[in-house]
Amino acid sequence: MRPALLIGAGLSGLAVAAAALSLVWTPWDPAAMAIGARLQPPSATHWMGTDHFGRDILSMLMAGARTSLAVALAAVAIGAGIGTPLGLAAAASRGSLLDATLARLNDLIFAFPALVTAILITATLGPSALNATLAIGLFNIPVFARTARGAALSLWTLDYIRAARVAGKGRARISAEHVLPNIASLLIVQATIQASLGILAEAGLSYVGLGAQPPTASWGRMLAEAQTMVALAPHVALFPGLAIVLTVLGLNLLGDGLRDALDPRLRGRLT
Amino acid sequence: MSLLAIERLGVSIGTTVVLHEVSLRLEAGEILGLVGESGSGKSMTALAVMGLLPEGTQATGSVRLAGREITTLAERELCRLRGAGVGMIFQEPMTALNPLMTIGDQVAETLIVHRGLARSEARRIARDRLDRVGLPAPRFPLTLFPHELSGGQRQRVAIALAIALRPQLLIADEPTTALDVTTQAEVLDLLRELAHEEGMALLLITHDLAVTAQMAARVAVMQDGRIVEEGPTEALFRAPARPYTRALLAAARLAPLSDEYLDQGKATGAFSCQEDPKPDAGALLRVEDARRSYRLPRPALFAPAPARHAVDGVSFALHPGESLGLVGESGCGKSTLTRAILGLDPLSGGRITLAGAPVSPRMPPAQRAAVQVVFQDPYGSFDPRQTVARLIAEPFHLTGRPPDAEARIDAALSDVGLSPADRDRYIHEFSGGQRQRLAIARALIIRPRLIVLDEAVSALDVRVRAQVLALLARLQAAHGLSYLFISHDLSVVRAVTTRCLVMQAGKIVEEGPTADLFTAPRHPYTRRLLAATPRLPETWSTLDPPPASGA
Repeated sequence: MRPALLIGAGLSGLAVAAAALSLVWTPWDPAAMAIGARLQPPSATHWMGTDHFGRDILSMLMAGARTSLAVALAAVAIGAGIGTPLGLAAAASRGSLLDATLARLNDLIFAFPALVTAILITATLGPSALNATLAIGLFNIPVFARTARGAALSLWTLDYIRAARVAGKGRARISAEHVLPNIASLLIVQATIQASLGILAEAGLSYVGLGAQPPTASWGRMLAEAQTMVALAPHVALFPGLAIVLTVLGLNLLGDGLRDALDPRLRGRLT
Repeated sequence: MSLLAIERLGVSIGTTVVLHEVSLRLEAGEILGLVGESGSGKSMTALAVMGLLPEGTQATGSVRLAGREITTLAERELCRLRGAGVGMIFQEPMTALNPLMTIGDQVAETLIVHRGLARSEARRIARDRLDRVGLPAPRFPLTLFPHELSGGQRQRVAIALAIALRPQLLIADEPTTALDVTTQAEVLDLLRELAHEEGMALLLITHDLAVTAQMAARVAVMQDGRIVEEGPTEALFRAPARPYTRALLAAARLAPLSDEYLDQGKATGAFSCQEDPKPDAGALLRVEDARRSYRLPRPALFAPAPARHAVDGVSFALHPGESLGLVGESGCGKSTLTRAILGLDPLSGGRITLAGAPVSPRMPPAQRAAVQVVFQDPYGSFDPRQTVARLIAEPFHLTGRPPDAEARIDAALSDVGLSPADRDRYIHEFSGGQRQRLAIARALIIRPRLIVLDEAVSALDVRVRAQVLALLARLQAAHGLSYLFISHDLSVVRAVTTRCLVMQAGKIVEEGPTADLFTAPRHPYTRRLLAATPRLPETWSTLDPPPASGA
């Protein structure tokens, strides 16, 4: 068995489990302040301590996992949902005006620094978790479009695609029936990687105050609020930092592991 | 002492035995043919001699080159041996060279690495070696890149690379399989010449018995990792002791159409063209002055873009029930023409009609259903993620799925000699020959009137090829099909077609009944093709008639 896949699935699963659990239960109310109990170090009552408002850090982390994952996954869904069909269409009509236009649009989006543009978008539309999702999702579109196009192009030269054309199938139908299933594993891997980048981007936007707004818990804002007190109470910054690092690491490992596991050339060695 | 002595060489990967007690000897200056079907262990034997066995293999026995045991050598010494002692040429000239290095640098690199020569000196020798393999200085400067050369020229560069250090032994693994017949003849001549003039021993690995007969003084036949028979080529081919060798020879000697088959065909109304010499009466497929040209890049800004005429005014007719051959070398335009006939690409001039209606990329499904195709590559022809039943039912898209679709799928599978139980399996579970049968089942399922066979048997082993050809003949008689048989392999075309077209540089240069075309070719290009095709000498026929190979 692959250790990378196991560790990746474990870490990602932990984040997902924490987010799911926070829907029904957290040790404390993540928004409840208790000024008297502020900046407490980890203890039996507060496992990860409290922040400068006396809020329970563990509870905030669990609720923040929900925000981070929701934003990252929704952004991946936007990118994959729009980018993949565009990439498939570009590959199916290779060399056409559509293909060329999509390529230039891709270049255009890639040419802008992603986070700066995301800041521009959220600053214009107003800071919120939804606008952060849209901004991150926009930058996922060309990634999926390029991945899908590149993989699909190599398939379009194969005889079974030609056989399908001889069978009278149109380009859209061939893309859906023959091309998409055969590049799905690649897209799944890409989605995992993009999810980890989405978490980083969400944390970045929240850090500069353009992500989820209070009282919604967010890992990035927890870090931002904790940074002035790092010398005084290091645990307040440490735990959200660890949460981001471990989740991103987990998703990356999961993506690498899936790439190996889903590759048919390597599949034989797995069992 | 033999130059190369392989003794009781055994190779296994895990628990699978790949080579079983293989023993071979090769003297200096000798050419030994190693023949067998795919998976018989030919290439593995060559890799063992090069010390290039894949990781995780265990080897037993001994391989001695000029008296030196090489199975026990360390990697560093093996590196010195490769190139200097043994040179190797691979099948695919497209991938054997580094596309980013000039041909001069590639040949010189070997000399610099092995001999520690100065760059200028290495390039001088590289020049000499390239001259030797027929790439003379004025036309082929050292600064050329591989993409500027044709397949045959690249294979010559690969040979120059292999002989740069004048090794005592040259291993050629299917060196001409990817080449056209005329190019193949040239490369084989070069290899024979090198062996004679430079005193190199040549181990020629091939599946083609005719090539072996032309080249090798001695031949060893491999089956399932064993040498089953070995001896002087002519004696062995005249009187093969093993049934396996006999079956291989029988399959390689594709007889022209038997009288029985012709009678059967006439009885079912096929070959009507032979009785009806009027060329265009009731033709199923008619190609009239078909043209297709591609714009090439402009040579200079504002200069008019030159055009390449891939198909240049081709006209012919194919009659119902006929088997028409279309022969030509790569680049002659036959693939472009095929795509136009299938209605995948448009023509730039002329027209194609199928059963009276025009063929175009926008033709209606009912019209499209009159023609189906079998492609060359049995591995790329099927979507790996769909079951057999779904794969071969794909053409129903053209006709609408009939109510008895399931029964038709079963019938198509039985028709091509597979079992209806195979319907739920996936394509990777089938061998190359079985896949080609599935491709035929897929083409047959909507009962088209014409099946285009685009190099349909070129990738198959000789015995499997003979079986698939027999199957095609049987299906033609049973369903009254017409075939357009496109191939570069003249012996195959001769065996299965009644009439044949020869295509060169976008034009049909000769057309006529296959038998006449092969016995009395009129056009110089046809004559050149025929002369270049390796054939088993007619006089080498075995005394007893070969047993029919099982289906």
